[in-house]
Amino acid sequence: MNIDGNENEAKLKILSSSSDEGCATFSISEEDHTLANALRYMIMKNPKVEYCGYSIPHPTEAKVNIRVQTSEETTAVEAMNKGLDDLIELCEHILVEYNEKLDLKNYKYDEGVFDTENKA
Amino acid sequence: MTDLELLKNRVVLESDRVYSVSSMDVPGTYPGVDDTWDIERFKKTFKVVISELTKGNIEFDLIGIDASIANAFRRILIAEVPSMAIEDVFILNNTSIMHDEVLAHRLGLIPIKADPNDFSFRWETAQKNGNTQGPTDADTIVFKLQVKCTNKKGAPKDDSLEPSELYDNSSVYSGQMIWSPQGRQEEFFKNSPPRPVYDDILITKLRPNQEIDLELHCVKGIGKDHAKFSPVATASYRLLPDIIITKPILGKDAEKFQKCFPEGVVEVFVNKDGEKEARVVNPRKDTVSRECLRHAEFKDKVKLTRVRDHFIFNVESVGAIPPQRLLPDAVKVLIEKCKVLKRSLAQINQAN
Repeated sequence: MNIDGNENEAKLKILSSSSDEGCATFSISEEDHTLANALRYMIMKNPKVEYCGYSIPHPTEAKVNIRVQTSEETTAVEAMNKGLDDLIELCEHILVEYNEKLDLKNYKYDEGVFDTENKA
Repeated sequence: MTDLELLKNRVVLESDRVYSVSSMDVPGTYPGVDDTWDIERFKKTFKVVISELTKGNIEFDLIGIDASIANAFRRILIAEVPSMAIEDVFILNNTSIMHDEVLAHRLGLIPIKADPNDFSFRWETAQKNGNTQGPTDADTIVFKLQVKCTNKKGAPKDDSLEPSELYDNSSVYSGQMIWSPQGRQEEFFKNSPPRPVYDDILITKLRPNQEIDLELHCVKGIGKDHAKFSPVATASYRLLPDIIITKPILGKDAEKFQKCFPEGVVEVFVNKDGEKEARVVNPRKDTVSRECLRHAEFKDKVKLTRVRDHFIFNVESVGAIPPQRLLPDAVKVLIEKCKVLKRSLAQINQAN
């Protein structure tokens, strides 16, 4: 499912030719540097991962390939799953921390700029 | 700070180059340093500081994250946080001098004050209703813009007067758009009816007997599709500057050093030997012009750096979403992306 409601194309494909579960290329459609670079960083933070990198094969094709190679202690799919879990965990903590600081109202507040009423 | 710490934690600026720009926190980079991802450690080191909030702008610091994460948020703010904008313009009549397509384009760029969370994307409702195309009250806001220019009653016949004194409706403003509630919208939005963020955006000009009669359909979209859907005017970050004085800068040099920086960055004080000395008080204000490195006397006495994991965000809202809600919205978009991917991954695993 993507922004155009296109359900036919899978969001994620695994392109791997070898039988070695330790390495795989994940091809993600309708994504770009935004997700790929953040995910690459989180996967690299896993010490069982030997290599993780991403590329956008062609600039007019909305697709990224993420390559993962792991040691024998884990598999590429597991590493990807852990990377996603870690990224979600990180984001959720940022939300908690940000909302906490916002509620403290410990900042300089200035009426300025907009005269329109913001009803949050 | 040791050289190693400097490389790990700082981006270093010299007069002719910038070095140590890449993150150095992959496990195994440094012997004896555990860089493995650990949420508990992250909870201890990560900090948020909200330093300024206005009705249109927010400045906050995210401290202790990597550039790849900070950049993801910046990119999502610009291109993937949804907002409402005029997408379809039905032209029933247009006798103004502005062409239909130019008029429609101008209308599209008007920021609309409506909470995108109250609406669905059109493709979402189409999916839900079994692909029956066509707008519904869940995905479309309708405005009417019907304006006719006429001669002002009793206006003097004097060509030197302003058009606004001679004619009624010689200028059409965004404030003249009238919301036309559909389905259950009237009930749902009775406390905050959708409207343009600003009422004084000039759309077109008319002369007597010219008129426009338009129906405008707003939909939910994202900046990736068209910039009119972007909820931010700017979303940028910079790294916190850090000026390290390695050898004391004394006497006349201290004053000269102070003048190399914007006001309030460096101050001159009298040290315990009764001598004038420079010290850094507020590096945040520094523009990192590197002026001090142009002078030979400071070259070996100062290191200009930026803190690698301290991001100072500045986000300006277009007006539809309050600025303090923009980052949470962006973070939620990233979480959603991960969840979609996790689901696909699980599906593939099941299939195998």
